[in-house]
Amino acid sequence: MKNDRGDIELAGVCKSFDGFTNVVDGVNLKIADGAYCCFIGPSGCGKTTILRMIAGHDDPTAGEIVIGGQNVVGLAPVQRRTAMMFQSYALFPHLTVRENIAFALRVRGQSRSDRLRAADAMIEKVRLTQFADRLPAQLSGGQQQRVALARAAITEPRVLLLDEPLSALDEQLRVQMRQELRRMQQELGITFIHVTHTQLEAIALADLVVVMEQGRIKQAGPAREVYAHPRDRYVAEFMGGQNVLSGRVEKVNGASFTLAQVAPDAIEVPLQARPTVSVGDKVDIAVRRDDVALVRPGRELPPGCTTSLPSRVLAIEYQGYFVKVMLDTVPDDEFVAYVPEKAFFADPFTVGDVVMATWASGSALPLA
Amino acid sequence: MQPSPTQSPAQSPTPSRSNLAGWLYVLPLVLVLVPFFAAPILVVLAASFFATDGFGGLTPGFTLASYVEVLHSALTLKLYLATIKFTVLTWIFTLIIGFLVAYFLVFHVRNQLLAIGLFLLCTVPFWTSNIIRMISWIPLLGKEGLINQVLLALGVIRQPLEVLLFSDLAVVIAYVHQLTIFMIVPIFNSMARIDKKLIEAAIDAGASRFDIMRLIVVPMSKSGIALGTIFVVSIVMGDFFVVKVMSGGGSASVVSAFYEDVGVLQYPTAAASAVLLTLVLVAIVSLILRTVDIRQEITR
Repeated sequence: MKNDRGDIELAGVCKSFDGFTNVVDGVNLKIADGAYCCFIGPSGCGKTTILRMIAGHDDPTAGEIVIGGQNVVGLAPVQRRTAMMFQSYALFPHLTVRENIAFALRVRGQSRSDRLRAADAMIEKVRLTQFADRLPAQLSGGQQQRVALARAAITEPRVLLLDEPLSALDEQLRVQMRQELRRMQQELGITFIHVTHTQLEAIALADLVVVMEQGRIKQAGPAREVYAHPRDRYVAEFMGGQNVLSGRVEKVNGASFTLAQVAPDAIEVPLQARPTVSVGDKVDIAVRRDDVALVRPGRELPPGCTTSLPSRVLAIEYQGYFVKVMLDTVPDDEFVAYVPEKAFFADPFTVGDVVMATWASGSALPLA
Repeated sequence: MQPSPTQSPAQSPTPSRSNLAGWLYVLPLVLVLVPFFAAPILVVLAASFFATDGFGGLTPGFTLASYVEVLHSALTLKLYLATIKFTVLTWIFTLIIGFLVAYFLVFHVRNQLLAIGLFLLCTVPFWTSNIIRMISWIPLLGKEGLINQVLLALGVIRQPLEVLLFSDLAVVIAYVHQLTIFMIVPIFNSMARIDKKLIEAAIDAGASRFDIMRLIVVPMSKSGIALGTIFVVSIVMGDFFVVKVMSGGGSASVVSAFYEDVGVLQYPTAAASAVLLTLVLVAIVSLILRTVDIRQEITR
């Protein structure tokens, strides 16, 4: 069974712990060999359970898990040639860094000199050489994470599973270790599956982002597709960066339709991938926050903009390269504009100002 | 930690008052330890250097005669060897049984409530007195006891086995019965603190059940094993009653010798034996503490 392919296929995978409710509810997914895949969703959405089922620590109630063309349901992790990096790392506290990393080789019966040589090579790869004889408790969070990564990678698995690998680190380290994960993945050339609840982490790392809700996949695709073209309201709101508006279709005219009831003015929306809409349908649309321009009332709208919604500024947050302006454009939903810093300070607004929120009509996206 | 006002000399008007408070905190312990621990030990130590008139009268003074007598006696070595034999056998069996019971309770009983229930079940023998517990072995191990009757009925043996009761075997059985709980409790305690994720990580790395026990559970239960060992070793070495009853008088232990000495009013010899045994026990315990840093393990 020497098969180094790490492509994964989940077919109708379900998991129920109590026999009544499915924590994972009919998941179908293909992950290419050597891909970096991120599962993202709120806690309790089943993403960690999927990871544990791929790892072989839980068995699916129904469905198949195929790795490299072989159904692995019922096989031990070693037989699957997967390795898992646990949340908060689960390093063996009584073993040194070197012994932790060599552990898997030890239980595989490798001789002491062989396994220590392999461990030292791996320690060098994760740049921990000077810490090789320390115990995990004597390391910083970032160093512990690297030990955990090295320990998982030493068996040359074809799939590496990471359960919220960065959640135990502080913000700055998180960004740094994120880079390191990606570098290791490219160096090892194997499939990484990474569970997270941080949107930025997912889109920064992943070739394939899988958004989940209540045991089901809401959308799976490349990071940019999921972020810029969310399929529905849930994905748009969860991934962030979008304003979601809903209203009723007033008029369908060729390649676009007009949405009413959102605001005094009707909104022009291009049909895009959305197959058909008919007059009277209730439809959600998304507008990227960085596509929204703010214009003082009475001024001329930027070219291409047909819709403009009068709004009051509720709050302003300075974010460095952009300014986050929160508006009361729509009654119940959040509406936010990300205004480039320089543009904002050329003519700054203050809280309470009335502005016109506008965007190029082609940039509105109808949601399913 | 925030420095409290009493700890900071700049803010404390009367340093002697905080000193007094410190003494008050330790006072209860001092009141228990001095009269019930330190004083008796000093009395025994002093008595071991006194001379005796042979009829229970003690002459204050300083003589090493009692120590010379104890150390020169061939009986002393014999008794120590016998006691160490009981100690080692009891230790081995309580360790194996205690470890396995704790392992089962921690890693195999998923239901917390059931685990606690089973744990309490282990303490049932302690609901009755030591004497009753020993006497209850008689109907089982005795000449007319259950085991002999069953074996006779099955035709395995023709004569009842004499070795079952009033023998060294019976002594070890009684000790193991009494002391296994002292192994279970500390080992259970240290095992319960092992993160279950570590076991999963070991499985993920391909470790077998035996590997997990050998490489993860045993090293991480070391402090519990050491504590249990200290309990069992010090209790067995300091006991004479179980030996006396369960061996039917056929075996003796170190302590039974000074019980005899006291019976014939040889107080200084008894005291010298007691001091010697204390030193031996201190040596054993410090050896155990040297191998396992219990303090570090407990604060981990």
